[in-house]
Amino acid sequence: MPPDSTGPLLHVHNVSKSFGVVAAVRDVSIPVYAGEAHALVGENGAGKSTIVKMLAGVHRPDTGSIDLAGRPLDLRSPADARAAGIAVIYQEPTLFPDLSVAENIAMTRPPRGRFGMIDRHRAARTAADLFARLGVEIDPARPARGLSIADQQIVEIAKALSMDTRVLVMDEPTAALTSVEVERLFAVARSLLEQGTAIVFISHRFEEITALCARVTVMRDGQHVSTDLMADLDVDEIVRRMVGRDLSALHPQRTAAPGEVMLQVEGLGRDGVFEDVSFTVRSGEIVALAGLVGSGRSEVVQAVFGVDRRDRGTVRVGGQRLRPNSPRAAMSAGLALVPEDRRLQGLVMDASIQRNVTLPRAGSLARVGLLLGGAERRSAEEWATRLQTKYHRLSDAVSTLSGGNQQKVVLAKWLATMPRVLIIDEPTRGIDVGTKAEVHRLISGLATDGVAVVVVSSELPEVLSLADRVLVMREGRLVRELDRDEATEESVMFAAVGQGPQPAATAESASTATSEPAPELEVSR
Amino acid sequence: MTTVQDIHPRIGRTAARRSALRRVLTAREISIVFALAVLVAVTAGVRPAFVHSQSIRDILLGAAIVAVLAVGQTVVMITRSVDLSVGSILGLSAYAAGTVLSDHPGLPVVLALVLGMAVGACCGVINGLLVRFGNVPALVVTLGTLYMFRGVAYLWADGEQIYADELPGGFLKLGTASLLGVPYLVVIALIVMVVVGVVLRNYPVGRQLYAMGSSPPGARLAGIPVGRRLLGAFVVSGTLAGLAGVLFAARFGTIDASAGNGYELNVVAAAVVGGVAVAGGVGTVWGAALGALLLTTISSALAVLNINQFWQQAIVGALILLAIGIDRLIALRVAAALKKEGSNVR
Repeated sequence: MPPDSTGPLLHVHNVSKSFGVVAAVRDVSIPVYAGEAHALVGENGAGKSTIVKMLAGVHRPDTGSIDLAGRPLDLRSPADARAAGIAVIYQEPTLFPDLSVAENIAMTRPPRGRFGMIDRHRAARTAADLFARLGVEIDPARPARGLSIADQQIVEIAKALSMDTRVLVMDEPTAALTSVEVERLFAVARSLLEQGTAIVFISHRFEEITALCARVTVMRDGQHVSTDLMADLDVDEIVRRMVGRDLSALHPQRTAAPGEVMLQVEGLGRDGVFEDVSFTVRSGEIVALAGLVGSGRSEVVQAVFGVDRRDRGTVRVGGQRLRPNSPRAAMSAGLALVPEDRRLQGLVMDASIQRNVTLPRAGSLARVGLLLGGAERRSAEEWATRLQTKYHRLSDAVSTLSGGNQQKVVLAKWLATMPRVLIIDEPTRGIDVGTKAEVHRLISGLATDGVAVVVVSSELPEVLSLADRVLVMREGRLVRELDRDEATEESVMFAAVGQGPQPAATAESASTATSEPAPELEVSR
Repeated sequence: MTTVQDIHPRIGRTAARRSALRRVLTAREISIVFALAVLVAVTAGVRPAFVHSQSIRDILLGAAIVAVLAVGQTVVMITRSVDLSVGSILGLSAYAAGTVLSDHPGLPVVLALVLGMAVGACCGVINGLLVRFGNVPALVVTLGTLYMFRGVAYLWADGEQIYADELPGGFLKLGTASLLGVPYLVVIALIVMVVVGVVLRNYPVGRQLYAMGSSPPGARLAGIPVGRRLLGAFVVSGTLAGLAGVLFAARFGTIDASAGNGYELNVVAAAVVGGVAVAGGVGTVWGAALGALLLTTISSALAVLNINQFWQQAIVGALILLAIGIDRLIALRVAAALKKEGSNVR
């Protein structure tokens, strides 16, 4: 790789790290130059997060070193990393919900006033200034509790900006941001780069990587694959190196032969949220529910399943009317819902993998009311294998798995109930290209086996490659139904925004393959 | 530059909505004061003697001791821990101060206070070290030391009692005399409240304690020395329990090894009623102290009203449940309000 006239500002040098027998990172080197953004890409579980944690001072490398400006760092704690000028923005914000936003920002180095007390006014002003710089309006005095993920992420960024940051590490900061917010974040990142800050950037969205980063390091299975200038690589090549196979294998093709109607929704409505939603799904068919964030997609499927209230309308599964507001009734009728936020709604994070997989079927697996380990383990093993889940032991807590594998556990949990209708809300959010393709194949396979599938997704390419029919929602109403041949990025977007052709929505569609995010536009409620 | 201002930070532009929110957040202190007023008014209406200066004085003296303990408990509870050993520390410290003073009657009172606090601090260090390095929940550790410290006190006392006439008059005055009409005990409790209250509210150390209770993993990632802070919290709680022990000795004069038996639950109850969350991150020393005052006043009022004192426990229990219920209600309301406010970046 071509070193600049000066050496790298931050040099991760042949580091390795093992947890027990699992080698998370093996002999990885990453040179990060001042004033340059360095992308770190790889599938989930490739070891990126371990690298981040080593930079943050959470883990110490077993071998190798991390050098800053030519001198090796000894990061024993997060405080050491901060002191060295390394700021980390985690995928999951780490704010203190009970403290004010200004206090959160000032936590590590609060401004001091008389008698060494915290100068609250100065802290609030600093926060307000930072928010002005970021172009957002968040009240510094409000508690962090109740902030949306996007707002929390902004506060994290403000936190990093408030310190003398020489190296800014961002672990998927954009996953929950809208395109407007991403643009704003990038503007800030660019101004930091101009000031000589080095940035380590982790993202699954390639157009963000190409937009921001000058250099890219690819990791696979804990190992360093390559480090190149961004200009020397194209997206296809990066993806190929990440997954170690060709992209063309990633798109499942399926010839659908839909059977009888399995799910019939009629006149579904909930005051102020959605109105008059009717659709049917046949067995063996994949129907996608598309629309902008906030258009009511998730709310509809949750009402269908019964976790959310519905005020009007009927739901029939296999011809039989479903009792409203009862997930139990929905489950016994053969309905399964894989929720959007798997951490909140889909998994018991501290429980074991096998316990999670078998949770909805604990009753049927039990013998004389006792849930014995054997049956549970056998069943969990079967599903974990079918979904190619990477895990250490089935008795490990789900929280030890990477994001993609957690999603597989959620899927396994519901697939194992042998549903007749499967509803999946954002099946591949925060999942890397390779795992995404596996999940897509899995969904297609289920449909081929005769399951009626409803997919809610913000990612248009996902919608288009999976769905036999696309239902488009706008502001709580079903506005368009598109067949596979009619559905294009343009037609879906037009329907979703309710306008004529919009060049912005389609401009980048040609360049990227699978991980283009849906353009997210402003929705006023 | 201003220093100590209102409980919650300066209001922003959308003042109206924010102040409504603030009112909900500070409702706890106000509602306790309100409950106190009603309680006193009703009791005084039935038994006018209740508001005579002597009985008010008794209530204040009793509340002062519990309040000192509750302030220490608040420091521990906001970090999502609990210190159940404070009653035993109080007993140990009271007996230590009594023994030393009866042996050396010439000792200055201040030294007695320092001695009691030192005994308490040692107990606090033991608690803190066990919690920090034993990797055992504070509930279990301090339940163990509750019995351990009490056992030490019993061994030491060996059935003996210290009587008021063995103690120097100057020391007993601490428990009875007043400064400008305010009993010394109350003055000391107020000083403790102000010092700890200001540290918790206005100093980085204090905010770090709240942060630890609010999000333990976040605190670690923010580089807060979590282990050291937790140890410190237990030392503060122990020291204040030691101080309370000396105040107890000065007030009652008669001390045996069972002094302060069962106080720990009163103290936790006072803190919870006063709005200190068991889950950490929330609560003020003012609330906890008001909680202590309310509980003390209730038991006093029941005595005056000739209501069976066994009712007292049921009433305290009901109050705790009410406090938790109100907390839950407020949390839901606040969450809804914040969500509405939270949609400013969209």
